Amino acid sequence: MRRLFIAAGLTTLLVTVLIVYTLVKDAVSFFIDVPKYELWTIGWFPRRGFFDIKTLVVGSLMVTGVAMLIAVPLGLGVAVYLSEFARPRVRRVLKPIVEVLAGIPSVVLGYFAISFINPNIVTVLAPGANKAFNIAAAGVAVGILTIPIIASVAEDALRAVPLSLREASYGLGARRVATTFRVVLPASISGVVAALILGISRAVGETMVVAIAAGAVGGGLFSTDPFQPGQTMTAAMAALGFGSDQVAGDGLAFQSLFFIGFLLFVLTFLLNLLGDRLVRRVREEY
Amino acid sequence: MALSTPAKFGASSAANLTARITGGKRDVKGRVVEWILLTTLGITLLVLVALVVNLLDRAWPVLNGRFGDFLSSGLDASNADEAGVWQAIRGTLTLAIIVVVVSFPLGISCAVYLEEYASRSRLARLIRINVRNLAGVPSIVYGILGLTIFVKFAGGITGGRTVIAGGLTLSVLVLPVVVITASEALRAVPRSIREGAMGVGATQWETVRSHVLPSAAPGILTGTMLALSRAAGEAAPLLLVGGITGLLRTGNLGLWEQITEGGFTSMPVAIFSYARQTGADFQAVTAAASLILLVLVVVINGLAIWLRNRFERNW
Repeated sequence: MRRLFIAAGLTTLLVTVLIVYTLVKDAVSFFIDVPKYELWTIGWFPRRGFFDIKTLVVGSLMVTGVAMLIAVPLGLGVAVYLSEFARPRVRRVLKPIVEVLAGIPSVVLGYFAISFINPNIVTVLAPGANKAFNIAAAGVAVGILTIPIIASVAEDALRAVPLSLREASYGLGARRVATTFRVVLPASISGVVAALILGISRAVGETMVVAIAAGAVGGGLFSTDPFQPGQTMTAAMAALGFGSDQVAGDGLAFQSLFFIGFLLFVLTFLLNLLGDRLVRRVREEY
Repeated sequence: MALSTPAKFGASSAANLTARITGGKRDVKGRVVEWILLTTLGITLLVLVALVVNLLDRAWPVLNGRFGDFLSSGLDASNADEAGVWQAIRGTLTLAIIVVVVSFPLGISCAVYLEEYASRSRLARLIRINVRNLAGVPSIVYGILGLTIFVKFAGGITGGRTVIAGGLTLSVLVLPVVVITASEALRAVPRSIREGAMGVGATQWETVRSHVLPSAAPGILTGTMLALSRAAGEAAPLLLVGGITGLLRTGNLGLWEQITEGGFTSMPVAIFSYARQTGADFQAVTAAASLILLVLVVVINGLAIWLRNRFERNW
């Protein structure tokens, strides 16, 4: 039996090795074959030989930025409330509801972005915004997806702070606000930062919301306007991989899929590693 | 005095004491901050309400008009009156079965290895770090893995862009979730249970099989259900391994041929196909399909959370 269990454990290592191998192999051959000037041009049109990486990176950053604008205040607010202010009974009811939010499939939120968020929120606040698809609406929906992640990791960090610290603070005459923001929050700061980092990593990797709500499925010009359609790393990969696009077969356009995939993998890997390290630091301290 | 102090008197004297210490000032700042925090929670819950109301509102023409027809029609992203979800539902169920068969035994075995057999070895530490990182890899990257390994490299076995390749890809995707939650459940089983079994002469495997695993079963089940709902809602990797987005012709393939050589779709992939079409009638189709998926996923998730809270044991 022992061997069987070891084999199962080794399978997970094999998965990582295969991911890295498949990504690196084609990413490298793409990078060797592509004329380098095509990596820095007017936009991302892989089938016409425009592989402007900055279009995708800036698109991903804009989506992530908007998402964090939504998810950081709401996620941290929920975490602090549930951990420091809510009565146990209230917490027992509310926490599962927040967890349900984490289970909403991203395609559903993508549709929510174009059918509700864009017409009722984004175009109302920014009248110049594209009526059908734009980065901002996609970003808000990605933010909604990220709230539960930030909330649950941050809440775990806050609750890991021992009660004795809070009691000492109360004993010195501090009230709840001072205790929360001057004692508990600083004591758990690395966990809270980890929550933000893991949230960013999730937002960068989100695909379907952006593929549905940000427009520009086949390609897009370089743009820094969050209220216009845009392309992200993930959405570009989805567009390359499905439907008529996969006919492109083994050409450069197809290989660019692996190149972006590799960039995305490295980026999220570094973020996750950092976040993970910070989470464990909180656990070790107390 | 302490013996005869009525509770009421005690409470009021505590209030008196608080009032004396705070100088009778009310904790205005505390109240304000509490309300601000409560507002963030309120907005978060409001999003959930808005989502459901919006979906119901948009889906009404389909729900009210042709719901039975919608449930029994196949995937058709060119004609909203013919569009339905039965192929998608069948696809999602098939994918779910493959995930259950492949990733649950694998993930739980991996967790058993990590927690019961090798908790401190270097290999175990490496595997643990590796699993945590895998859990954070974006789902679309698993699509690339599926495309290269399951569709192309192992195409002879999986039949190429079939539901088998899709199911295997999703199994790999949820594997870290299963491992992490099963590990947590196993770790929560106290040592005394293991020592009790070992003490009466059970081997390690007997201990695991008849004592540790049954004690950890509710926790493991919760984790596997969360993993299943994650798999049911995932679209991005399926797009890369060939989930069909336009029109899925089943022709006269039998059930088995459909699985081993035919094309496939799933609920999230179908929603993506419909969401890309314009027009109010496709809006209704998208919303109705979203509603079905949302109910499915929320029910699985809710059941998992309920199960966890119900069987949460403090040993």
